[in-house]
Amino acid sequence: MLRDITLGQYYPAGSVIHKLDPRVKLLGTVLYIISLFVFGKPVNYLLAALFLALLIKLSKVPVSFMVRGLRAIFILMIITAIFNLFLTPGRVIWQLWKLKITEEGVRVAVLMVIRLILLVMGSSLMTLTTTPNDLTDGMEKGLGFLKKVHVPVHEIAMMMSIALRFIPILMEETDKIMKAQSARGADFDTGNLIQKAKSLVPVLVPLFISAFRRANDLAMAMEARGYHGGEGRTKMRPLEYYGIDHTAYLVLACYLAVMIAVRVLL
Amino acid sequence: MAIRIEHLEYVYSAGTAFERKALKDINLEIQDGEFMALIGHTGSGKSTLIQHLNGLLKGTSGTIYYNDESIYGQNYSMKNLRRHVGLVFQYPEHQLFETDVLTDVCFGPKNLGMSPEEAQREAEWALEQVKLDKSFYHQAPFDLSGGQKRRAAIAGILAMHPDVLILDEPTAGLDPRGRDEILNLVRSLHEQQGITVILVSHSMEDVANYASRIVVMDHGSIILDGTPGEVFSHRAQLEQAGLSVPQVTRVMDDLAQEGWPVEKNITTIGEAVEQILKAL
Repeated sequence: MLRDITLGQYYPAGSVIHKLDPRVKLLGTVLYIISLFVFGKPVNYLLAALFLALLIKLSKVPVSFMVRGLRAIFILMIITAIFNLFLTPGRVIWQLWKLKITEEGVRVAVLMVIRLILLVMGSSLMTLTTTPNDLTDGMEKGLGFLKKVHVPVHEIAMMMSIALRFIPILMEETDKIMKAQSARGADFDTGNLIQKAKSLVPVLVPLFISAFRRANDLAMAMEARGYHGGEGRTKMRPLEYYGIDHTAYLVLACYLAVMIAVRVLL
Repeated sequence: MAIRIEHLEYVYSAGTAFERKALKDINLEIQDGEFMALIGHTGSGKSTLIQHLNGLLKGTSGTIYYNDESIYGQNYSMKNLRRHVGLVFQYPEHQLFETDVLTDVCFGPKNLGMSPEEAQREAEWALEQVKLDKSFYHQAPFDLSGGQKRRAAIAGILAMHPDVLILDEPTAGLDPRGRDEILNLVRSLHEQQGITVILVSHSMEDVANYASRIVVMDHGSIILDGTPGEVFSHRAQLEQAGLSVPQVTRVMDDLAQEGWPVEKNITTIGEAVEQILKAL
């Protein structure tokens, strides 16, 4: 049932990309996304696609997993394409009453869809190769400078990692409660919308109770182990840059340099 | 014959990096009126297996027959199956959701299409069976004690009048008194109502006193199947599966080993007392 839903999930493969410091991957993803928006030439997209293809190859994550992420934005892609196709002004190549397709429209629509595909695949590469814990760790350390302006970076990171940790737990709990109520003859699949919504009450009430119980237990357990916020807290595995991370930054810099050069020169 | 399982296999998350075979070629027959215990270490597949018995999980391959009819048949009604095979999950009190105990127990019968009056009659009957006093009927389930909540939840299944009652670790997290209450309740249901019982547990002590047949699972397969005496005679094999024989069996085995004239494979304290008195 619910177990089949995938959400920002990690794919263990132990590749070079997996081993990179999460800060490298976070910054890399952000820069990659920016590069998709700043450099608008077709050659740039070609380069960006090649770069991503290389990274995916290195990550050893099956391409089917990447494509699965695309399915979620399929409708968004279609709508974007249609709007750009019909609403971009320019040289008309096809017209039916008030609907017209322009040469520029075709160009923009195609580039937009490519940009969206690269964007989603680029960010799924990060979530597929980084555990949620590493990701929040990386964020905490990478954004540590914000503490100086009194942004509660540690608290935000802690809340994020707890929230991420609770997703699979609560999904499993939902699955269990749904099964338990099915065993009592509950029916979640038939009936109209109102009946279906009503049939969820026997699931939601126990689920909320269990979420509060778990939150309570976790808070107790954290206090019992002396948790008192981020002040003076050390890590078992502090994030440190290794040779591989420096190389990765270098590769990233090269990528950006080439993108800029292509944009300016060609 | 109530339930027959043939070559049942089940694979979790097939086709991904997390693929795991939870059940491997399970063959099992459960007769009407049996009191069977299903035992295994955590992760041995026992909870997965029982969820197949009322159709909550569908086997990757293999078939299950209920009263000689395949439950995977085209027009087989799962709802009907669930009315006959009642499954009480682990920590069943976590599924209580109504504002009072009686209404919560009515949930099952109502889902079967009974009128409110009929459902209430069944619910009252079930609550009587689990020996919950009338004074609790209109209390919120969350105000009850742990043992009472659990009995109310079991009543929720009983109110559907199942022919087969499956209980997954019904004594988990209860104190010794609560544990005895639940197990005695299950026994009286079996004896007085003639309900077929499948009790899932990892405690040998619990099942030795109650079940007439024990099935042991390890790593998704059935490794032992027989009466408590037969099963407990395979002490080494049980220990390898991460289980132990009951304390009393161990003591009597050790006594026999030391040369005392007592029988091996004793499963209950009563038998042990008899044997020791005879030896003295």
